[in-house]
Amino acid sequence: MAERTYLQAISDGLREEMRRDERVFVLGEDVGVYGGAFKVTLGFQEEFGSWRVLDMPLSETAIMGGATGAAIMGMRPVAEMQFADFVSCAWDHLVTIAAKQRWRVGTPVPIVLRLPSGGGFSGGPFHSQNPESSFAHIPGLKCVCPATPEDAKGLIVAAIEDPNPVLFFEHKHLYRRIKGEVPDERYVTPIGKARTHQEGEEVSIITWGAMVYTAEEAAKQLPDSSIEIIDLRTVMPWDKEAVLASARKTSKVLVLHEDTRTGGFGGEIAATIAEEAFEDLDAPVRRIAAPDTPVPFSPVLEKAFIPQVDDVVRGLKELIEY
Amino acid sequence: MSSTTAVDVVMPQMGVSVSEGTITKWNKQVGDTIEADETLLEISTDKVDTEVPSPASGVVTEILVPEGETVEVGTVLARIGGEGAAVAAASPPEPATQPAADAAEASASEGQAAPDQPAEAPVPAPAQEASGNGKSFVSPVVARIASEHGIDPSQVPGTGNGGRVTKRDIQAFIDSGGSAQPAAPPQPAAPAPTPAHTPPAAPQQAPTSQEPQAPGVGEQFEPMSAMRKGIADHMRRSLDTSAHVTSAIEVDMSKVVQIRGKLKKEYEAAYGVNPTYLAFIARATAETLRDYPWVNGELRGDKIVTRNYVNLGFAVELADGKGLIVPVVKNAETLNLLGMAKAIADIAKRARDKQLAPDDVTGGTFTITNPGGYGTFHGTPVISQPQAGILGTYAIVKRPWVITDENGADAIAIRSMMNLTLTYDHRLVDGALAGRFLRDLRERLQTWGESDY
Repeated sequence: MAERTYLQAISDGLREEMRRDERVFVLGEDVGVYGGAFKVTLGFQEEFGSWRVLDMPLSETAIMGGATGAAIMGMRPVAEMQFADFVSCAWDHLVTIAAKQRWRVGTPVPIVLRLPSGGGFSGGPFHSQNPESSFAHIPGLKCVCPATPEDAKGLIVAAIEDPNPVLFFEHKHLYRRIKGEVPDERYVTPIGKARTHQEGEEVSIITWGAMVYTAEEAAKQLPDSSIEIIDLRTVMPWDKEAVLASARKTSKVLVLHEDTRTGGFGGEIAATIAEEAFEDLDAPVRRIAAPDTPVPFSPVLEKAFIPQVDDVVRGLKELIEY
Repeated sequence: MSSTTAVDVVMPQMGVSVSEGTITKWNKQVGDTIEADETLLEISTDKVDTEVPSPASGVVTEILVPEGETVEVGTVLARIGGEGAAVAAASPPEPATQPAADAAEASASEGQAAPDQPAEAPVPAPAQEASGNGKSFVSPVVARIASEHGIDPSQVPGTGNGGRVTKRDIQAFIDSGGSAQPAAPPQPAAPAPTPAHTPPAAPQQAPTSQEPQAPGVGEQFEPMSAMRKGIADHMRRSLDTSAHVTSAIEVDMSKVVQIRGKLKKEYEAAYGVNPTYLAFIARATAETLRDYPWVNGELRGDKIVTRNYVNLGFAVELADGKGLIVPVVKNAETLNLLGMAKAIADIAKRARDKQLAPDDVTGGTFTITNPGGYGTFHGTPVISQPQAGILGTYAIVKRPWVITDENGADAIAIRSMMNLTLTYDHRLVDGALAGRFLRDLRERLQTWGESDY
């Protein structure tokens, strides 16, 4: 065990897999010589050479297309979008080809698409989004959103092992801010299994990514109330059983995400709880999410946009008092 | 009448022994306009389900008691404002008495209504909460737990928003030993000497049933209606009270069949009423009861009560098969066949339409139950307390029957036969008396001509 940052944990997991498996290679903008915009692949080109750590032109389409072709040919590409926001340029290869290839012709498409996502540092509308729900909606794609260093490493390994395209949403705000003990050895965190961040009896918060910490802070501000926090870890597939079990236990559920509200993945979770745990509910399922606008650049406005601890405290109080 | 001041609508008195009622349905909501005598809400008591007409015309300004809640007689349920009134809050404190009287009158039981019922019953909740997230709202999980444990959620102290019962509240209630015990209606002071017109008063029984556990595999719980509980209590109590014995007799109904065949068209054309076999039997029974005052009587303490009138109760099955009510035809001894047929049709229809007034279900002195419609030929009904007997009528079927002609020769004939049973309280009525009663009743049914009815 060693204390690692969230970023180091991703880097460690990726490096170990490249050492283990020659088919694994990295491609993206500035991932080689520069070590990546956030330095996740710092030193990789020195260790693995320029053919396994490919600096690509400023074309997400080319990155995604190349990764798709390589995966179909038996390689295990780990492609990086410099910011998750730019995955829209890669939509056609990702959604039309990669997501459907296995269903059309049966060939596995073992791609990992690393997507530095999320806001909180005035990145503005092009560098702050959390587009996981757009891809959770596409059959054939998996979406992973780790919150802790331990999960970041275990899930990057799981994503590389998986024979399907896996979108790995790594939250930029967690990169160097969040540290934690990470096992030294190789391990796999299963995709589709939620983690109970803290146990409670009164209200369940269902969340993932950086919002796990917002939820934790909010729960701390209500020391007299017993709040359960479920970290989904992966939104597609997502751990229905864990969510429903928590909903049945507390009967009050708050779904929290950093993505915008309408069409956000919280809607799917709330609907599932309403369908399958209706007779266990003691209050309406509440959603706390960003408003339906692009992410603002101004720090004041961004703070108003991203769900804050106070917003969650307010939501929790409403449910507790309901 | 159209009122400019707010008119209170109160829980009506549904017979002297009924002290509370449950609101089953509001037909109007706050803001709706209603005419005087138009149905405002439906209520359920252990005696009767009925509609409550509006005492005034105007706008419903407040609904104070939500559906599903049980409140005492006299409790203010709603307010009807003056025409166009938006809120009743501005009304001076004086309107309470007059509207309350109106409401009592509308409830059609003024004669028995306790005059000292508080005109201004405590208002259960502020108006804004009554229609919102107040105590009335039962969340899915609370509803499920309540049903699994047979609990009325309105009996659970609520700590949620507006007094709502939360999951924690109902769990704490269960943990503290709360169970399916209904709110205790005030107990009549001395139950021993029951007044003549007192319908079966529900005596205070210690709840015998244990708190139900969660349903087993394949089982479901459904809540018991007020009527079902009333029936259950009454049936058990009757068997615990009277010494039930049943005697049966076979009656040749051929003559009744013949007379009815003749009268049916005439009655339907001229009076719009069907002279049913039940009407014939009721007519003959009322006549026979005059000769058997004890069968029409009652044991009250150490006294035997007899009467110079016959109030005939008729067991009426409600449409959904989930309930039974026994409306009463008063002074049945004064009715001829036409009057009897009309009276029975009237109470049966009103029973099914939930239009019975409280007096319609009280004061019976003898009851007729008619399960024969389904082809049954025998039964042992339970006496409606505090009466002494109940007559059961069964299917009329054609059977080979030995008759003796005027020359004294026996022959086998096809006759329309029916069994009658008399279930009687052997504390008061002996077997011989019951036998003679049945014999005389049979005699009337077999020999009466058209003019006798």
